[in-house]
Amino acid sequence: MNVTRGFTGRPRVDNHGLPPGQYDAGDDWPVLSAEVTPDLAPADWTFRIDGLVEAPRTWDWAQAHALPASAYEGDIHCVTSWSKFGVRFGGVSLDAFLERVRPLPAATHAVAYSHTGYTASLPLADLTGGRAWIAWEYDGRPLPAEHGGPARLLVPHLYFWKSAKWIAGIHLLDHDEPGFWERNGYHARGNPWEEQRYSGD
Amino acid sequence: MTETFTPPTRFAVPGRIAVSNGTAGHWQTATLTEIRRETPRAATFRFAVPAWVGHLPGQHLRLRLTAADGYTAQRHYSIASAPDDSGHVELTLDHAEDGEVSGWFHTEARPGDRVEVRGPLSGFFAWPGDRAALLIGAGSGVVPLMSMVRHHRARGLSVPLRLLVSARSPEELIYAREYGAETTPVFTRAAPPGVPVGRMTAAHLDPLLEAAPAGGWEAYVCGSNAFAEHASRLLVAAGQPVHRIRVERFG
Repeated sequence: MNVTRGFTGRPRVDNHGLPPGQYDAGDDWPVLSAEVTPDLAPADWTFRIDGLVEAPRTWDWAQAHALPASAYEGDIHCVTSWSKFGVRFGGVSLDAFLERVRPLPAATHAVAYSHTGYTASLPLADLTGGRAWIAWEYDGRPLPAEHGGPARLLVPHLYFWKSAKWIAGIHLLDHDEPGFWERNGYHARGNPWEEQRYSGD
Repeated sequence: MTETFTPPTRFAVPGRIAVSNGTAGHWQTATLTEIRRETPRAATFRFAVPAWVGHLPGQHLRLRLTAADGYTAQRHYSIASAPDDSGHVELTLDHAEDGEVSGWFHTEARPGDRVEVRGPLSGFFAWPGDRAALLIGAGSGVVPLMSMVRHHRARGLSVPLRLLVSARSPEELIYAREYGAETTPVFTRAAPPGVPVGRMTAAHLDPLLEAAPAGGWEAYVCGSNAFAEHASRLLVAAGQPVHRIRVERFG
């Protein structure tokens, strides 16, 4: 252990919800994106799933909202070290979309992409089983544009760069194809509890 | 391998710089060698990192402090110094209110202290000096941009480079003594006599975009989220292509 002289840190709280290397951002919700926030109206938003699926499909805003509503209430974790507790998102479970396109058995990975062109790569298993959402509400209100509104992917059990803002689609593949940050030095999976921040972690 | 996939949308910002996966993977000891006051709130901390592999201007590192009971705090910081072969890197840190890590640096740290770092990290907000660069920063958002300016000078590069830097007042302008003809400061609260006070506007940006070099600018915007939103919207309004704006937000 490399103790830093004179460093004591914040008072310790017994917080089992905080992954290693993270701090509690409290009421803050820092904005982190590497690009210009787009002006994207709900009327112009679409969401597509294709690639290794039986029936590729595109939903518009009204069609997506006709799917059964599903909420996430819990924590989110950003690779830059902040975590945020007890957030509430509303939208639709990604399972509801996937069951309508029927992924092929060969599908093992996904590239999520945004209306701006940002990409994030994930194992398909991280998008199924009630662990991923298309979210358009935050705390009961429309998701702000700077946080990915009108709709973003939400994969709260992974670092938040995987939760692509301004989500436009998900393409299923039979191999891992690194997305934007995965090509820029970040980890392929990004599990906060195993501190998978960078390639090689 | 079967097909590869390209999103059916314009790719926002191509990551054109390959990132070494090996170097970011381990922590190294960094020894503080010098502290330089920049402004009442900001100071530069110089570290010896003998095994540092070098970085590109604009890249950041991750820094870790460890308490006696094993508690650690980690933060990302942009690298302020230009790449060189001296085995040193510099960080410029604001003293954040209640800042756990910046507080230690500003009240406790002294030369000889050791911390841990890993990096360099991220190949996105990086500028190797190959394209004309328009740099726009506010507050400590100027730190990674200064690495680019210093790199430009140290290498005697001829590719065009301009810096617009916003600060509340001359006293709070980080690196004030180092700026040259490439830099236009913008003061939002107090300015020297004869210099207007106010936030960055189209009037600052339009002349730079009108005078864009052949091939256009690669724009780098860094600062608070509010500043980054403001500056990037000004850029788009002035005609800068969206896919040639890179944004680093200090959350």
